[in-house]
Amino acid sequence: MRFRLPFEWMVALRFLREGRMQTILILAGVTGGVAVIVFLTQLISQLQASIVDRVLGSQAHVVIRPLEEANSRALDPGGSSAIVEPRAQRLKSIDQWEAVMRAAAETPGVVAVSPVVSGPAFAVRGQANKSVALLGVDAERYRRIVRMDDNMTRGRFEVEGTHALIGIELAKDLGVTLGDKIRVVTADRRDEQLTITGLFDMGNKDLNRRWVFVTLKLAQSLLDLPGGVSNIDLTVNDIFAAKDVATRLQAATNLTVESWMTTNAQLLAALRNQTVSNNLIRSFVTIIVALGIASVLVVSVVQKQKEIGILRAMGASSRRIMAVFLLQGGLVGLVGALLGTGLAITLLQVFSHVYRNADGSPLFAARLEPRFALLAALVALGVGLLAAVIPARRAAKMDPVQAIRA
Amino acid sequence: MSSAIVELKGIRKSYGIGTPVVTEVLHGIDLLLEEGEFAALIGPSGSGKSTLLNLIGLLEHPTAGDIAIAGESATHLDEVGLTELRGRNIGFVFQFHHLLPAFTALENVMMPAIIRDGAPTARAEATASELLHKVGLAGHEYKKPSQLSGGQQQRVAIARSLALSPRLILADEPTGNLDTHTADEIFELLREFNRERGSACLIVTHDPRLAARCDRRIELVDGRIVGAGLGGDGG
Ligand SMILES: Nc1ncnc2c1ncn2[C@@H]1O[C@H](COP(=O)(O)OP(=O)(O)O)[C@@H](O)[C@H]1O
Ligand SMILES: [Mg+2]
Repeated sequence: MRFRLPFEWMVALRFLREGRMQTILILAGVTGGVAVIVFLTQLISQLQASIVDRVLGSQAHVVIRPLEEANSRALDPGGSSAIVEPRAQRLKSIDQWEAVMRAAAETPGVVAVSPVVSGPAFAVRGQANKSVALLGVDAERYRRIVRMDDNMTRGRFEVEGTHALIGIELAKDLGVTLGDKIRVVTADRRDEQLTITGLFDMGNKDLNRRWVFVTLKLAQSLLDLPGGVSNIDLTVNDIFAAKDVATRLQAATNLTVESWMTTNAQLLAALRNQTVSNNLIRSFVTIIVALGIASVLVVSVVQKQKEIGILRAMGASSRRIMAVFLLQGGLVGLVGALLGTGLAITLLQVFSHVYRNADGSPLFAARLEPRFALLAALVALGVGLLAAVIPARRAAKMDPVQAIRA
Repeated sequence: MSSAIVELKGIRKSYGIGTPVVTEVLHGIDLLLEEGEFAALIGPSGSGKSTLLNLIGLLEHPTAGDIAIAGESATHLDEVGLTELRGRNIGFVFQFHHLLPAFTALENVMMPAIIRDGAPTARAEATASELLHKVGLAGHEYKKPSQLSGGQQQRVAIARSLALSPRLILADEPTGNLDTHTADEIFELLREFNRERGSACLIVTHDPRLAARCDRRIELVDGRIVGAGLGGDGG
């Protein structure tokens, strides 16, 4: 004997090998099903991840802002006649923002916090005059909110003194480049001469035209917000938990706290719909695969009636006969999962060559996350075993004498 | 008394219980088979010989009566107990050999030991190989049943029935579909094992020549034992 496999394995494998055509057909079915599921899952997860990634490439997961003026007024119990119009351009700071930032940093799920002073200004160079958004940041902190290092086309993401980083579109509009100087002017006539030390490309023309990064301090003085910040940006470890984190922080701080999920609600709804239809496809394919395995095994049980009777007469208990057929289901599922995963990898490779972005880069990477392969293997194994339950029970219930007499 | 390998008391067997047509096939069988006895079970077709053999082999349950194998009553045993009692004492040879087509001759002979031990062992293989040699099939170990002749297949089946050194061999028309010459050879094989190992044999046969060569003939007619049914002193 070359094999020293346990009885159940030995018989299961031999039965599968003996019913060659059936085994090949059902393996092909499982392989196809697993390939479709793995391929679809990987593809959609990659595409969704890249969409979300693009959205979050220029946006904080969660932003804390001062309470809206309307809200604070509504809370004010004072006389309704004494409403003081807030100055149109006047920015508000977050009260005791250092304490808020510390509390936010300690909130579970939050991995980075960054104070930001942002407000409108004009960038002037000669005759050119552009409306921009001044962003005062601590570069060290801010690069953990938005991956600016990846977006820098010239220079590095660092600000100090009167240095400024501007987008490539603004640089083009103003006709400036690294080392050149521009002037920024705010609504209440504060101004400053800035030296351009870096250019960035956010992958978004509007942002490339509007964003101007300076130090926190400079922004505070230009925007008349001494010692204050206009918002605190947060990064969370699970992007889809951002909404929960925001809700918790809002309750704790009584400030306006908004997550990217709220500002991109439509996009998220679309993604969710896509996930639902993907799940539907996966469920159908799984059911079809399960029915395929079950039907082939039912036929096999009938065909193997005599063998089952012999094995029973030789002393095999009905439980072990059941194990033989469960094993066949499990083996078909597992082997199909392996082959299907292989096929899915091939499909991903082929499709990533065929489908490309406008710029020629692949629309998605031809890689497969190990967890999808593992999940597919587990599901296929489970489906195989489950599909084999009915045939296996039939086999176990079969009367050995009937088989032998025939 | 306790040297009986088979003891049947008042065995009845009906088919179709729970349906409108209940047929009683065996109408109260008493039978004693001694250790080492070599007996023929004869009778017309449909008289209940296979049924009786399957009952003794614990493959079927009697509708009434008691069966004891090697002094151990089977009446209150569950499936596991029956399987165990059968495995320890009984080897089967069926009419249509009933070998497993997907397995080689050697594996077929090993199968009872594989089932008992849970997996193939070197010892089971050695025993099976020796048995195949004894039945004249040395060199055919790795052939599938389909590659063997009818007589060779039945030899494999006999080797298999002996794999666990049973004290009782039940053979249901083992030579039924073989030519006279081959039938004689198969019969001689059983006789040889009976002499060498002292295994009792109960052989169902239609062949009067072979029946005459057994130590004892038990005749079944219409579900009843006639003639010398009850051993030496039978009536
Ligand atoms: N499962 C069954 N259901 C109903 N009748 C059966 C069944 N098995 C056997 N019989 C009947 O029992 C009788 C005896 O059968 P059997 O023991 O095979 O006889 P023999 O082996 O002597 O030819 C026959 O009439 C047969 O039709
Ligand atoms: Mg018969």
